[in-house]
Amino acid sequence: MSARLTLDPGLVARARELAELAAQPVIDLATRHTTVSVERAVLRLAGLEGTDPVTGEGEIPWVNRVVDVVREQVGLEHGVALPVWHAIASGAASSLQDVAEQVGAGTARLAVPTGGDEERAREAALAAVGAGLGRVDAARRRREELVATHGDPPRRPWIYLIVATGDIYEDIPQAQAAARAGADVIAVIRSTGQSLLDYVPEGATRTGYAGTYATQENFRLMRAALDDVCAELGRYVRLTNYASGLCMPEIAALAGLERLDMMLNDAMYGILFRDINPIRTFVDQRFSRMVHARAGIIINTGEDNYLTTADAVDEAHTVTVSQLLNERFAREAGLEDWQLGLGHAFEINPAIHDSFRLELAHAMLARALFPHAPLKWMPPTKHMTGDVFGGYLLDGFFNLAGALTDQGILLVGMMTEAVVTPWLSDRDLALRNVRYVLDAAGGLSEDFAPPPGGFIDRRAHTVLGEAVELLEKITADGLLPAIAQGTFGITKRPADRGKGLDGVVVKAPGHLDPATELMEGRA
Amino acid sequence: MTVIRPYGDTTGDGMVQTSFTLPVPPGPRAEGAALQLAGKMGIHPAMVVHSHGIGEGFTFFVVYGSVTHLVDTDEVEVEERDYPLLSPAEVNGAIKARLHRKLVVMGACIGTDAHTVGIDAILNLKGFAGEKGLEYYREMDVANLGAQVTVPELVTRARAARADAVLVSQVVTQKDAHLRNTRELAGAFREAMGEDRPLLVVGGPRFDPAMARDLGVDKVFGRGTTPGEVASYLVSALLPEEIAA
Repeated sequence: MSARLTLDPGLVARARELAELAAQPVIDLATRHTTVSVERAVLRLAGLEGTDPVTGEGEIPWVNRVVDVVREQVGLEHGVALPVWHAIASGAASSLQDVAEQVGAGTARLAVPTGGDEERAREAALAAVGAGLGRVDAARRRREELVATHGDPPRRPWIYLIVATGDIYEDIPQAQAAARAGADVIAVIRSTGQSLLDYVPEGATRTGYAGTYATQENFRLMRAALDDVCAELGRYVRLTNYASGLCMPEIAALAGLERLDMMLNDAMYGILFRDINPIRTFVDQRFSRMVHARAGIIINTGEDNYLTTADAVDEAHTVTVSQLLNERFAREAGLEDWQLGLGHAFEINPAIHDSFRLELAHAMLARALFPHAPLKWMPPTKHMTGDVFGGYLLDGFFNLAGALTDQGILLVGMMTEAVVTPWLSDRDLALRNVRYVLDAAGGLSEDFAPPPGGFIDRRAHTVLGEAVELLEKITADGLLPAIAQGTFGITKRPADRGKGLDGVVVKAPGHLDPATELMEGRA
Repeated sequence: MTVIRPYGDTTGDGMVQTSFTLPVPPGPRAEGAALQLAGKMGIHPAMVVHSHGIGEGFTFFVVYGSVTHLVDTDEVEVEERDYPLLSPAEVNGAIKARLHRKLVVMGACIGTDAHTVGIDAILNLKGFAGEKGLEYYREMDVANLGAQVTVPELVTRARAARADAVLVSQVVTQKDAHLRNTRELAGAFREAMGEDRPLLVVGGPRFDPAMARDLGVDKVFGRGTTPGEVASYLVSALLPEEIAA
């Protein structure tokens, strides 16, 4: 263990206590509601795959069709599980797939069961979803075996590289090449439109914009391709995707089933940057985090994004506040500290005096505040101007800060950020930069101890103090009003606006979500 | 002298530096291939000062050399700024004196583009390059609709708010999405509002400012545009002094 800042324990305890107070009303709100995507995720865990060949252009998944028809016929307030498994238990349908076919044919007549029928439907639903969670558990055990066989990367931070061609069959050789070149984690970023699609596309896809669609088949193909190189490289290469947007719970379920290893999953990102309704987001993220917890997936939170719109010095404390809230929401959903890749970024204007010392102070604050979390360290983007030579230097300093402050996951910065999507040579030069810094200075954290009362120590305490002040205010006003007022990342997002609000439903007494019951150990 | 050459350390030496990757494994043949390319680019004599293999079957080169080409500065065409740069106080003063109400500005990222960096830099109070964003201008009523706004939604909102100007930023350029989206934007406003449409301004790092007419918008801003330039342009385009109310 290397040198760390020693934070004022009273201030740290107060920060956590306030985060818990601020999060609780939102957690209560999340447990009182369900969403179309949570209900679809229940069906996905029970094994319903494929699309309705007739509706639209044949791209609408069965899970969407079934949830929509349940909603039309009996409402969603009891959940999709009771009416669907009532149809199966009563013999009206022979299987889940048969329910879907009947929905497609327009012959499904769904009802919310009562009494003994309800009990039978409940037992059948729990068994079906339980089998799906069994597949998630098996994937987790498989990962543990593969890590035991091939080993983890030999050092921290893990090197995280992005692949994004739009075509899964182009992504695969690029991802394999990136792994051979030294990447420990491969992220396949999504097509930019996907976060606002209210369904998960199906099959292997070749036509994304600035990214590749997240689909179950794409997940499976990429994981298999990386498994092939793990043996060759003698280390387990992790795969990342994005549980964000309107289908967060479903993507989380698919990630668990297909053994993805990390998922982007932020409590507030969709609200602030995608204008997704706050309630929809909090309901969806709670479910998705429970799935991640169960699947042994490491989540990555999105605090780096705040600093792309807000000033990295003035607003540093909003990153800390968001990390504390993300930690609280994650722990409540059952995630353990080793699964919390809390985000932060190197985004201070390099033209300001002491910018690197300020970066170190912020990075060390996060390290000290979350000593057991891996922390995801994001490279400069805002001040990458197209001056690729200056950018290469800045990325070197970013890498140095990462090594010096024991970051767990380091996203590799590209000198051509904001110029082009990375070329082969950009990625190669960026990895050379990382390797040089980690080889040259990877152990420097052992010698590096900022003195108490010095610049770094004082700055870290200032930011923590500002974070506590802001948390006091959020706790007093409520988290939803704070988001509505533009507290994070400047964007204002009221709770009664935003995309996906029509997919939020208040649960009735007796609502059954077999997935949540099983994951919370209630059934 | 209007004819010039690149400058390394001596006038007229023509020295340039470039780097590129060829899909060949490293070795003497690869270096020869790089020199051949450099020669065809007009670099002569060229030196491959560095090369290394990338993965299997690729080599990266750094090349220095003297270009044989000449540049005639008299033949250079640039889009000069054709409006005066105003301070925030001057912008506010002009709106107050000539419009007698707030200037309504609406901004968004359209299509699937989720990169709000550009529009935020121009609109957010925080601003960009040391200049405050348009939200800071007292006489402007600014609404930033954020990312992934559909074109029909933007038209509806702009019409409801009686926007004087609509600002759209586009970062994602894959498959020319920025150009396609901008044409769609211009077409939708033209169809919905005809001559009464608001001033349409687009911006992004990969736009060519000379393309405004071709894209059907009033103004295109490229990389490095500051909020002050946008504010000054809005005043000059919407409230020209000579026809002030």
